[in-house]
Amino acid sequence: MNRFSMADCTTVDAALSQLKDGAVVKAGGVDLLDRMKDGIEEPTRLVNIRNVAELRGIRETDHGLTIGPLTTLAEISDHPLIRAQYQILSDACGHAATPHIRNMATVGGNLLQRVQCWYYRSADFQCIRKGKDLCFAFDGLNQYHAIMEYATCPSVAPSSAAVALLGLNGSVELSSAKRGKRTVGIKELYVVPDANPTKFTVIEPDELITAIVIPKPAPGTRSAYQKYGEKESFDWAIADAGVVLEMDGDICRRAVIVMGAASPVVRRSPQAEAALAGKTINEETARAAGKVAVEGATPLSMNAYKLDLFPVAVYRTILLAAGQRDRDPSAAG
Amino acid sequence: MSDSRESIPSSTEIDPKTTAPAGSGRSGISRRGFLKGAGLTAAGTALLDGVQGFTREAAAETTHGVTELGPGPVQVKLHVNGVEHTVEIEPRTTLAEALRMHLGMTGTKIACDRGVCSGCTVWLDKMPVNSCMTLAIDAVGHNVTTIEGLSSSDRMHPLQAAFVKHDALQCGFCTPGMVMSCAALLERNPNPSEHDVRHAVSGNLCRCGTYPKIFAATLDAAGTTRTA
Ligand SMILES: Cc1cc2nc3c(=O)[nH]c(=O)nc-3n(C[C@H](O)[C@H](O)[C@H](O)COP(=O)(O)OP(=O)(O)OC[C@H]3O[C@@H](n4cnc5c(N)ncnc54)[C@H](O)[C@@H]3O)c2cc1C
Ligand code: FES
Ligand code: FES
Repeated sequence: MNRFSMADCTTVDAALSQLKDGAVVKAGGVDLLDRMKDGIEEPTRLVNIRNVAELRGIRETDHGLTIGPLTTLAEISDHPLIRAQYQILSDACGHAATPHIRNMATVGGNLLQRVQCWYYRSADFQCIRKGKDLCFAFDGLNQYHAIMEYATCPSVAPSSAAVALLGLNGSVELSSAKRGKRTVGIKELYVVPDANPTKFTVIEPDELITAIVIPKPAPGTRSAYQKYGEKESFDWAIADAGVVLEMDGDICRRAVIVMGAASPVVRRSPQAEAALAGKTINEETARAAGKVAVEGATPLSMNAYKLDLFPVAVYRTILLAAGQRDRDPSAAG
Repeated sequence: MSDSRESIPSSTEIDPKTTAPAGSGRSGISRRGFLKGAGLTAAGTALLDGVQGFTREAAAETTHGVTELGPGPVQVKLHVNGVEHTVEIEPRTTLAEALRMHLGMTGTKIACDRGVCSGCTVWLDKMPVNSCMTLAIDAVGHNVTTIEGLSSSDRMHPLQAAFVKHDALQCGFCTPGMVMSCAALLERNPNPSEHDVRHAVSGNLCRCGTYPKIFAATLDAAGTTRTA
């Protein structure tokens, strides 16, 4: 890892004042140090926000929840209110990574972690996400890559928390010393590689995520998240699904279906959502929604298996959310 | 493992030019104070950078919620196994490196050095974390417990004794991390189920496949462990 100087900050204002001249934010450090150890980034100045107490914690408000970006995945998954009313979020944070990583990883850092594509993560491959003109995954090893919406780069959205927060219609508050605050929805947070392959998110170098805001779910809402991987733990998803159902008795008034590792940024499936709206949730309707979730998908040379895996992930997670099925023992985490 | 060695600071290895970049003004109070007094000139900076040992002094200043650290070695206090140690580390030094290379506590293993195997598990205030992905700077102000601190004097921790009894290791490389993960579980939950044990070590990788014996050893130890 390269040498760097560090501004160790204890307040938001202090941290914002230090975000200049190429300085990079460090929260838990799990993703940033990983990139630095692999030599794909060599920042010479880090702004350590890990000790900014005001950025940590979970607060219930009249409108829902406000979560400090430094709150760890473990703190979120163990929180009684989140477990009771925002199940998709406790599921996602509780099944990401490993127990020890969940003790260190912050939810803000989780949202902003970079893609896991092995070409991107290797200093030996100068790919389009690093400002060069080639994506190696199209002709290379692409079994973990995207099946949808990938014209420029088929690396997949890595963040489990993002799947949950998109499902819950969450947003992030961004703060800058010069321009003040702005609020950005989870979907809008991410820049698709087709628009700009090196940008990843809309966050500017002088901005911090200072809050994550989640509206209160409508009455009768039930939700769940499941992640499928190659291993039972340790690893990012090869397919993950987030489901939020607004129920009216047995009838699903409205469904939000989110797919994680299908495309370069986290996405909802309008087809699967439409397949459930106004229906009774049962084995048949859940399977039908799972099936249409991969409609129009175009697998790469090595990942056609995802066309089978995603429908299963979506259908089993719908039934889990509806309380008609237990957590899938073959799901990861 | 190999690249972690790069960051062992020793007086011969420190390049004054990189530890205190000219004109950056980032390396701390003494330097800044000196520059203010002396007037900032290129020649003055070069001269200062050449002063052996300068960057090895505590290079920290707290103003308006910002403490400046590094890039050269900084003096910090680490609380490890109940003892306060003063170490000189660079901001980039990980806790695993500080423990192994600065404090000689080699019980904590570095295997993947990427947060994937949990071989480097230590406790930060009783919470198991991967010390390879934790900067030593971030352990300042916290109580670090390593495998060396689990037992008291010559007596093994009941979990260590259970590992021996159940022959819960082969090559042993994952063992300190496994023991720290399982002991943390017993601290939180003195009567775990096998499911709880499996969950507690779900980030610990054992290439020798000793998991069943680790589960048995931990469940056995649960009967005898007293939580402090
Ligand atoms: C073995 C392993 C398995 C994993 N599996 C999963 C998984 O299944 N699902 C999953 O979602 N993740 C997984 N992860 C990723 C892990 O969860 C992330 O690396 C972690 O959450 C990053 O959080 P952090 O606080 O350490 O971020 P950092 O590394 O500190 O930061 C990450 C990025 O975000 C920026 N940043 C952080 N906080 C802010 C802020 N408040 N404002 C502005 N910028 C900020 C940093 O500059 C950096 O670029 C896994 C990691 C490992 C090691
Ligand atoms: S050495 Fe730290 S997790 Fe593998
Ligand atoms: S005993 Fe060899 S790695 Fe676990």
